[in-house]
Amino acid sequence: MRLFDLKTLRSRHVKADKEAMDKVPEGLWQACPKCHQTVYHKELGKYKVCPQCGYGFRIGARERLSWLVDKNQFTEYDADLQTDDPLSFPGYRDKIAACQAKTNLNDSVLTGVAMIKKQRCALGIMDPQFIMGSLGRVTGEKITRLFERATREQLPVVLFTSSGGARMQEGIVSLMQMAKVSRAVKDHSDAGLFYLTVLCDPTTGGVTASYAMQGDIILAEPRSLVGFAGKRVIEQTMHQKVPADLQDAETVLKNGFIDAIVPRDKMRSAVAWLLKYNVMGGRSNG
Amino acid sequence: MAKGDERTAAAIVAAARGPKKITTPELIHGLCSEFMELHGDRGNGDDQAVIGGIGIFNQQPVTLIATDKGTSAEERIAKNFGSPLPAGYRKARRLIMQAAKFHRPVITFVNTSGAYPGQAAEENGQGEAIARNLLELSTVPVPMITIIFGEGGSGGALALACGDEVWMLENSMYSVLSPEGFASILWKDSMRSAEAAELLQLTPQALLKQQVIEGIIPEPGSHKKVVRNIADVLKRELPRLQRMTTTELLEQRKQRYRKF
Repeated sequence: MRLFDLKTLRSRHVKADKEAMDKVPEGLWQACPKCHQTVYHKELGKYKVCPQCGYGFRIGARERLSWLVDKNQFTEYDADLQTDDPLSFPGYRDKIAACQAKTNLNDSVLTGVAMIKKQRCALGIMDPQFIMGSLGRVTGEKITRLFERATREQLPVVLFTSSGGARMQEGIVSLMQMAKVSRAVKDHSDAGLFYLTVLCDPTTGGVTASYAMQGDIILAEPRSLVGFAGKRVIEQTMHQKVPADLQDAETVLKNGFIDAIVPRDKMRSAVAWLLKYNVMGGRSNG
Repeated sequence: MAKGDERTAAAIVAAARGPKKITTPELIHGLCSEFMELHGDRGNGDDQAVIGGIGIFNQQPVTLIATDKGTSAEERIAKNFGSPLPAGYRKARRLIMQAAKFHRPVITFVNTSGAYPGQAAEENGQGEAIARNLLELSTVPVPMITIIFGEGGSGGALALACGDEVWMLENSMYSVLSPEGFASILWKDSMRSAEAAELLQLTPQALLKQQVIEGIIPEPGSHKKVVRNIADVLKRELPRLQRMTTTELLEQRKQRYRKF
């Protein structure tokens, strides 16, 4: 026995009124990319978090900055560096210009010195809206300078990562950024200073394989994608489907590669707490 | 050697992957009078795509790390066609740290299309394994020279090629991703790989111009001659690096990457 008469249902199907759709302003309703529930935009709140599953929507670096740091307590560094298009890649300069206009950044990371709940730190925030937060020469240079400056000024570094990995349009120069940044991280670490990474959606490829995984403590936002290889590549290699949650931060935590998962509304407190208790030589701990 | 200038990037890619390529065992046993393989990462396993051990080269002990694609079908499958697992990178790191303890220089040989992109590799932290190599090898206080003798595929190659000097055989490539991957991501068409190879500037000549590598090693047909050419470079470069103080060595290594 069938519960529904499919034929009746189908005949009753009302076609979507395209004109009516046009009257609904864009962005009023948003589908959560993780749980696929449709959410009224106001329900996302200032942190842009899905009320159903807790996933934090991808947000720009300046938007994150607006709720992360103490009021008027951020001084930006190196906002003037410009990529030099090492491969003379077709259309790359236009893409850069479009992303700069969209994000109000010179490249895929925002860096500077900040106060978070009165804890002073060198701060970097990657922007997933800038060519997928990919790691280009300027991105690598800004992060390297951030670490070098933090080492000189004896500051901890807090870095929010979200990136598709190395920036293909810059070829090998992009790969070299991984080694360049790693050495700056090492010198900072050898100076006894604290490095905190926060993995945001998505953290993959060459960024996972370098500074994202080099923190003394590694946090992640709920349900963010954290991995090395792309899911499609893994499935092609394995010739089979892989679990949907293979690269969810929660799975990566279970596998032992993340210290803790912290939701956005708790992020300020968690970062400030860790900054307070991971001071060089344990001074504030005594 | 000057021939390299005239060939297309696609031809060099084909030769880098071709059947005439010198194998990893030929390289190790050609260069070392004695060699003892050392296994395992002391944590999760022993990746067969990475061979590590101590060899005697030019009358001195050195630590050798080499990716290996294998020759027979079974071997190739067991070695994931030369793509290391996290355990391979961790074994390499362990042996390189051991080399530092006993002041042995490190020579790495790289021929890999990249780190293995499988489910288990993700679960065991492929990203973390590479990241930690980049972090810790950046200041390992012994000379580390890399020879890329076939494919140098992205972060999976860089994790074993992040030392003081990188040399490439004439028929080898080094790039941020494979020409096929590049073409399929950017143009949604992996058939345009020849065009991608050209654009990527992955040939030894192009990389030398960009100062990504120190030099190009001629690669004649005879594998014995290839070994001799590599040995000549190592005999010249190792003592030069060994004469430097640790401070000088690590400062030079830093500047090698800082310039990018």
